[in-house]
Amino acid sequence: MSKIIEGLYYSDSHEFVKVEGNVAFVGITDYAQQQLGNIVYVDMPDVDDEVVKDEEFGAVESVKAASDLISPVSGKVVEVNEALNDNPELVNEDAFGNWIIKVELSDKAELDELMDAAAYEKACE
Amino acid sequence: MDDKKTCLYDKHIALGAKMSPFGGFIMPIEYTSIVDEHQAVRHHCGIFDVSHMGEVLVSGEEAEKYVNHIFTNDVTGAPDGKIFYGMMLYPNGGTVDDLLVYKKNINEFFLVINAANIDKDYDWMQQHVAGFNIKLENQSEEYGEVAVQGPEAETLIEKLMGLKIADLEFYTFKETEYQGEKVLVSRTGYTGEDGFELYGSHEFVNKAWDVLVGSGEVTPCGLGCRDTLRFEVALPLYGHELSADITPIEAGLGMFVKTEKPEFIGRDMILRQKMEGISKKVVGIELTDRAIPRNGYEVEADGAVIGTVTTGYHTISNDRSVCMALIDSKYAKLGTPVQIRIRKKLFDGTVVKKRFYEKNYKK
Repeated sequence: MSKIIEGLYYSDSHEFVKVEGNVAFVGITDYAQQQLGNIVYVDMPDVDDEVVKDEEFGAVESVKAASDLISPVSGKVVEVNEALNDNPELVNEDAFGNWIIKVELSDKAELDELMDAAAYEKACE
Repeated sequence: MDDKKTCLYDKHIALGAKMSPFGGFIMPIEYTSIVDEHQAVRHHCGIFDVSHMGEVLVSGEEAEKYVNHIFTNDVTGAPDGKIFYGMMLYPNGGTVDDLLVYKKNINEFFLVINAANIDKDYDWMQQHVAGFNIKLENQSEEYGEVAVQGPEAETLIEKLMGLKIADLEFYTFKETEYQGEKVLVSRTGYTGEDGFELYGSHEFVNKAWDVLVGSGEVTPCGLGCRDTLRFEVALPLYGHELSADITPIEAGLGMFVKTEKPEFIGRDMILRQKMEGISKKVVGIELTDRAIPRNGYEVEADGAVIGTVTTGYHTISNDRSVCMALIDSKYAKLGTPVQIRIRKKLFDGTVVKKRFYEKNYKK
């Protein structure tokens, strides 16, 4: 069984968003890391890059395959999780604890289009 | 068409394997983790269900002559119990399939072919039977097969199954029995480690799986790590490093093509490539950064596309971002700088030896 956390936002493509003020922490869900298997590389954007909702901003690579990261929100990247460069397997160990990018939100209304925990749980069934 | 199930399908489901289609079969990709299964084979012992592989028996007075006609290696005068690796080629030198040929005796050769190619290969073999006094039997449905691989494979098979196999040399086999079931066991594999492949009835394969896996000492391994293991030691996979468009010379497998033989299908083209050289070649490429070149990604040099990646991984055994790629042979020299396009970015790399990890065979 994969873990789902209350209070976060979720996308169809299995990213989560945790909002603190005007900043969003974006990562992949526990369900996604389980489906991918051993993660060996996380391709992240640079700080100050703009990400656009529903567009690719990087990739998570398991041993077997690359899968695109799709941004659930729009805004400017203010930080990337540097720890994942040397230890991408952290995403397997704790997907929600190891966010991938921090985004300064340009349109908070976009969050309304995402799922809550209950809806995401249904989507994973 | 629905994917076929091997005779071990229920065991895979019971173990909670991630299943995926491969070569017309629904196969286990991983049970727990590709990395753990890979390491089990490199350092201990793992077992693979490879019952999807095809088996064809060539029998009759002219079996040796026929095999030599369709197969690139030379089986002439080989001792019984000897195994050969090689290819079947089209007249233009492209590869029909790569396969193992087991010589049972002068009148019987047992051919082991790739799952995805069983129908194509059997058709090809039948098309070339005319003029030879032989019989072909596709025995793929009757046989199951497990590969038991890793440095502890010999000890564990002897201990757990009571089969005497320590005396088997690399690329030889014997036929014996296990609990009343016939078994063919060979010192072969597809991992770069010492190991054995066991062929027999579905009943035998289930018994072997139960006793080996049930011991807790042999790790069930899926096709995911079978691919990472074979890749690290540069063993080709049909459809990637070999295909109808790639000759064994281009794949760097010329040592398995015996042009000294007076005749075999594809010989003229292979001779020509050996004399005149080749325009494309399968090479190894290592990237400077930790990015992963995947099958189909483009290889570039001097601002132009010079080829494509055939298989690539971040290696589990030695932490290298590497791939095999089919590229313009002008760039094939070791040390040549090339680039690989991964998503939108170009990553710097160098042509290196494609054996990324040393084999550990017991010869």
